[in-house]
Amino acid sequence: MSDERQVFQRPHALLPVVTNYCPGCTHGIAERLVAETLDELDVEGKCIGIAPVGCSVTSYDFFGCDMIEAAHGRAPAVATGVKRSLPDHVVFAYQGDGDLASIGMAETVHAATRGENITIIFINNAIYGMTGGQMAPTSLPMQVTQTSPYGRDLETAGYPIRVCELLSTLDGVAYLERVCLDSPKNIRKAKKAIKHAFQNQVDGVGYSLVEIVSTCPTNWKMTPEAAFEWMRENMLPYYPLGVYKDVQAEGFANAAEAAAARAKGCPLAESASSKGGE
Amino acid sequence: MAEKTLMKGNEAIAEAALRAGCRHFFGYPITPQTELAAYMARKMPKIGGTYLQAESEIAAINMLYGASAAGVRAMTSSSSPGISLKTEGISYMAGADLPGVIVNIQRGGPGLGSIQPSQSDYFQATRAMGHGDFFLPVYAPSTVQEMADLTFIAFDVADKYRTPVVILGDGMLGQMMEPVVMPEAIDPSTLPAKEWAASGHAGNRHHNVINSLQLDPQKLYEDNVRRFQTYEEIKRDEARCETYRTEDADIVVAAFGAAARIVRSAVNQAREEDIRAGLFRPITLWPYPVQALRELTPKAFLTVELNMGQMVEDVRLAVEGAAPVSFFGKCGGVLPTPDEVLLEIKKIAEGLGV
Amino acid sequence: MGNATTLAMFAGFGGQGVLFAGKVMAYAGLIDGREVSWLPSYGPEMRGGTANCSVTLSDDPIGSPLILHPNLLIAMNQPSFDKFVNEVAPGGIIVYDSALIAPGEMRDDVKALGIPASKMAEDAGLAGLLNIVLLGAAWGLSHFCSESALHEAIQKSVPPSKEALKAKNEEALSLGIEAAAS
Repeated sequence: MSDERQVFQRPHALLPVVTNYCPGCTHGIAERLVAETLDELDVEGKCIGIAPVGCSVTSYDFFGCDMIEAAHGRAPAVATGVKRSLPDHVVFAYQGDGDLASIGMAETVHAATRGENITIIFINNAIYGMTGGQMAPTSLPMQVTQTSPYGRDLETAGYPIRVCELLSTLDGVAYLERVCLDSPKNIRKAKKAIKHAFQNQVDGVGYSLVEIVSTCPTNWKMTPEAAFEWMRENMLPYYPLGVYKDVQAEGFANAAEAAAARAKGCPLAESASSKGGE
Repeated sequence: MAEKTLMKGNEAIAEAALRAGCRHFFGYPITPQTELAAYMARKMPKIGGTYLQAESEIAAINMLYGASAAGVRAMTSSSSPGISLKTEGISYMAGADLPGVIVNIQRGGPGLGSIQPSQSDYFQATRAMGHGDFFLPVYAPSTVQEMADLTFIAFDVADKYRTPVVILGDGMLGQMMEPVVMPEAIDPSTLPAKEWAASGHAGNRHHNVINSLQLDPQKLYEDNVRRFQTYEEIKRDEARCETYRTEDADIVVAAFGAAARIVRSAVNQAREEDIRAGLFRPITLWPYPVQALRELTPKAFLTVELNMGQMVEDVRLAVEGAAPVSFFGKCGGVLPTPDEVLLEIKKIAEGLGV
Repeated sequence: MGNATTLAMFAGFGGQGVLFAGKVMAYAGLIDGREVSWLPSYGPEMRGGTANCSVTLSDDPIGSPLILHPNLLIAMNQPSFDKFVNEVAPGGIIVYDSALIAPGEMRDDVKALGIPASKMAEDAGLAGLLNIVLLGAAWGLSHFCSESALHEAIQKSVPPSKEALKAKNEEALSLGIEAAAS
């Protein structure tokens, strides 16, 4: 027996329960990566997660840390309330595209621009999953959904939102990366990004968001394999993977320092950064 | 004895909240409650608290939801149109059994309405602070002193029953100054810990979940039944009212908040003209002080409100036809005068032959 | 001082210190141990338009704080004077700035005193304190509070950050009181 060793186990921060996710759904992988991160950073006991409205609404039953279920789109506001009350705790919101980029866009943009020191895990699968496959703010041009039966019409429905690109202009943001989960290599990259986003919070670097380009085999009406293929073919050109902002890579200690450098020449803004340094 | 100082109603609410141990305030500017937010913005940074100007009323109420879920005493304030936006979050708070204090310094409506005093949100406050089956305690102060005292109490009631609580004021009460003696301050660190809060399990317990979702119909039904049992306790123990010159009154005028002040003047004038009038002033609008109202046995009731007739329905429900109930009110920021109320009292007195 | 109920209306342009003068009166009532209320007009009308506030000093609990028929009107501009002059209760007192207001034909059932308060203040190096000059004159005519309360109220109402203004406010008060006595 002595040469047996355990090489794989359920992360402690993931409870031993059956999830409600469809076969082939990537939520399970994403949540596992978050749970592994909580284990590795040893923060489960001081972590509060915010569940969204959408397919991952019941993720409050899956994560082992304390959990709060938020109203649709309001997770960043709820996370703000928690973080301001418990500034030494680790707070994350786990949100889908309809939640984060449609009904909750104001909360998303303002939590980011305030530079809330929180972590956002953003699942972008270009569709409303829980309600049965309607057009999302990130649905692609000409993508067929229940509410865009002839394909997303740009004349009437406008364009999809690229969240990382949008948020990258905001001074409050420390780190943005877009990843996907279609291969072991990409899963490892995603894990690294998620861990970085949580480590940033622990280190006080600032608002960090990881966008996970995902699939929805059920509502896309494809096998999981075909869904990944469709994602690679259509989504990744529109939503290119990569780092969209990383203030540390730019040589700054945190988002505040990067913002101060950008605001050079504005006397009022400079007085704010000197105050921050005291 | 503590010193009496002159304070605006809005500021008295803010100071009383701080003294009740509230260290987290989330708001959005709107007339006529802005002094409350401005007071918090001045004070919170100096005592290690949070003043956060949210991007919207919706965000503010959800920040309150988060802070309350994390176990701290927290507050938001607004005026009528902003409260409509907050009702989403208030429903979620009720569904997740979260305490919290929400202040509504009412103005005229519907829509953008006016910025002048009004009591047009009575129905909203007592019946429909959001979707779903729920009620929440509603306090209606009538003086600046009560704005302080009831705010202080509201935090205790919110924590005791795990429910959001509303302070329903209006532009007149919010803007006016009166002498006020502040309640003794509580150190928030001495408040009892909330075992149910999502504040990190530290490896010592299973995770806490703050949630209003219950997909199993039977369980959701049971949740509602349990919550309504709590409401029965609140009805039994928390109803408050004041009566003024009602002992021998032929005509009892029911009024709350700012309207009650106008009625008080009218009642005194009526008494000078030998008309036996009295004032019944509910201090809690929910639970409505039904029992106290039923103990009064005038020949007629008159309800005076700064709206088109809302509380009058609760008076009729309580009186159950035992005496006629009529209504007089003005809205949109137009205030009835004591003389006008007196005229209504006289009309009723003539009809009764008293 | 008498124990009559004072129903005072302060009215003028935003920026003339209408609300502040009312606050001093309210504080004076508080110091005398009376029931007091102070109710301002508020909203966009305050910005560059007319501002007013109602101050009640009474021995009994105060019902409506909104004063419709003041027994003391302190008017600082023409529109406010015109708006309220006929609302003053018979037997009431009107104090107004005669440098800014042309009273026209005055009612004979009220006691009216016009003093050029803004000019008096400016001449005395107290520019902007016409409100307190008028308050002093109003006190001279009606003694709405005890003398000691009036002075203490000035001390309480001027914030500590503007300590230097206390003496100036006292000077302005004296100017008004003297004007009412002459």
